[in-house]
Amino acid sequence: MGKGDTTRQKVEAGLPRRRRKELLFKSVGMFATTVGIVFLGVFFATLIAEGSSAFKQTFMQLDVELSEDVLAPDGDLDLRYADFDGLIRAALRAQLPDVTGRSDRRELYRIVSVGAGYQLRDLLADNPKLLGTTQTLWVPASSNVDMLIKGNIDAEIDESLRPISDKQIAWVTALADTGRLETRFNRALFSNGDSREPELAGIKGAVMGSLYMLLVTITLSFPIGVAAAIYLEEFAPRNRWSDLIEVNINNLAAVPSIVFGLLGLAVFINWAALPRSAPLVGGLVLTLLTLPVIIIASRAAIKAVPPSIREAALGLGASQMQVVFHHVLPLAMPGMLTGTIIGMSRALGESAPLLMIGMVAFIVDVPGSLTDPATALPIQIYLWADSPERAFAERTSAAIIVLLGFLLVMNLTAVILRKRMERKW
Amino acid sequence: MTEVSNDVQLPLAEQNAVDGSVAVQAELPDGSGQVTGLGGGTVGNIRAEHSFMVAEDVNVFYGDNHAIQHVSLEIGKKEVIALIGPSGCGKSTFLRCLNRMNDTIETARVTGNITLDGKDIYRKEQDPVALRARVGMVFQKPNPFPKSIFDNVAYGPRIHGLAADRAELDEIVHSSLERAGLLQEVKDRLDEPGTSLSGGQQQRLCIARTIAVNPEVILMDEPCSALDPIATARIEDLMDELCEDYAIVIVTHSMQQAARVSKRVAYFHLGLLVEVDETDKIFTNPQHKLTEDYITGRIG
Repeated sequence: MGKGDTTRQKVEAGLPRRRRKELLFKSVGMFATTVGIVFLGVFFATLIAEGSSAFKQTFMQLDVELSEDVLAPDGDLDLRYADFDGLIRAALRAQLPDVTGRSDRRELYRIVSVGAGYQLRDLLADNPKLLGTTQTLWVPASSNVDMLIKGNIDAEIDESLRPISDKQIAWVTALADTGRLETRFNRALFSNGDSREPELAGIKGAVMGSLYMLLVTITLSFPIGVAAAIYLEEFAPRNRWSDLIEVNINNLAAVPSIVFGLLGLAVFINWAALPRSAPLVGGLVLTLLTLPVIIIASRAAIKAVPPSIREAALGLGASQMQVVFHHVLPLAMPGMLTGTIIGMSRALGESAPLLMIGMVAFIVDVPGSLTDPATALPIQIYLWADSPERAFAERTSAAIIVLLGFLLVMNLTAVILRKRMERKW
Repeated sequence: MTEVSNDVQLPLAEQNAVDGSVAVQAELPDGSGQVTGLGGGTVGNIRAEHSFMVAEDVNVFYGDNHAIQHVSLEIGKKEVIALIGPSGCGKSTFLRCLNRMNDTIETARVTGNITLDGKDIYRKEQDPVALRARVGMVFQKPNPFPKSIFDNVAYGPRIHGLAADRAELDEIVHSSLERAGLLQEVKDRLDEPGTSLSGGQQQRLCIARTIAVNPEVILMDEPCSALDPIATARIEDLMDELCEDYAIVIVTHSMQQAARVSKRVAYFHLGLLVEVDETDKIFTNPQHKLTEDYITGRIG
């Protein structure tokens, strides 16, 4: 580039370098995006491949004679003590009459789930008139049979290396050949609480626990967060104290969540003596966790409201309150709701703080209130991932799919709310 | 979002520009030979016929910046007074003192007296809300609320409880739109958002919104600077009509506009009120050198 070059020559001389830089920047961006999408794709693919089978469950058809002699030997049916398992066993024996000998029969009984007996009990509880009749029922097979049918247990390997014996495989095959074995939709996954038996374990308890917690969290953190944001943004004087508060709120948003769990343990359980493992306490802890997120998002939303709107209202003689509630809040609401839902998504996926307040527990019952012992979806995933039974592996993935589904719905809601409420000015 | 930054920066811009005011203050007596005093060295005539709003020795500070200095000015009933001057001269700051919009800027401090019907508007018992109902304001950029046209105009009457029932509110909205010269254009679409109108229509909507509260004074802060010449002409016509009922204080950068619409003109320079007089006098025979320089195009 000589001294005598014209401006045009200088500009043109620099152009290729600029173009190269632009191209490089673009390709780096595209590479990063592609890598991200590939990882996401692998994640979803493995998750669905692993978890989708859990939505199906193997059932076997049995003709069960609801014999009065077995159930009510002294003429009185007591659902608590009646020998339903005995009926199931009898039905199995009737189905496979060739099985004789104590140990063989004991092995035979293991191909059906222990839940079959409960199913009979529920059937009779609903309709006592069935006593004395013979019913054809589909009862869940044991998880090992289920795994065998789904191909998760290799029948070819040595018998001692698999949880299901050659004899059991033969019986299952016999049942399947007579059309008495079927895989059906796994309702138990959605209608049951946790269980030691994989085929009976469901996520309802965890889902209800999570919902109760979110209920507590949203009813507390949304109004408190929005009110705090409004106060800090519209009413608080700007001074060292408000700066200090701002720094603290920003810091709190980045505090590891387990610290909030410790705080909850110290304050809500040890000091306030609230029950352990309760969604109420979980919700309170998650409120602490999401408050900074909501306050920060709400303040940003309030800041984004153009001052010209405030001035217009002030100029007409609106009071500060009226400016806030008639103009600022409606315009900031989409941003606030988005922030809140993002906070709720974080709360839904959070497990660490719940460890501290006793929500990592094997809880079979579906919680019916805020103070019932409960667990949460991410905790349920952790518990199942930790269980040795092969059938829990697919249930872990299924629970993750459900959790991701909830998160997806929440984030979609955020997007739709924002799109619908957004107003141009 | 650009309009946002305009609105925010307006006072700041003036604040910065006034930094150099000390030098000019020293210059002024040299240029004019006027005695400084209550009028802060203002030449011409600060008095108005039927004056009802009086500013006496008003100073505004933004933090340490002395944004306007010793300004005294009277505003008469049903007159249009134009505040002119180069950017950052303090004319908008002065305008915003008249309905205490400066209260919203935390660092702003106002000293001196501004009275409306003999009562100090900065006295403790004065509620700025009540004051702003009497002294309305129209801003530089049209800023309709993101609500319907009807709700835009009805907002003021609603918050002040001016209408007893829906019929009365309808009446106020219609007559305000009528007086703002907008009714014919929007009467069939009062439910549409105010932001869907054109710039000029939006500004007339803002004027309708202001007069719906039936104020005594309307402050206009460069109301036409964002509008095209046709829309500007309409607003100017409107001002001619409105001044039959209201006093109008207008800040403008256009000397032609000041000449067309105003009865009196006040020339501000770097925080000082240099000269006030009848419009004809200012434009034909300015007494102060700075005024003359400005209107002949040597400053600004």
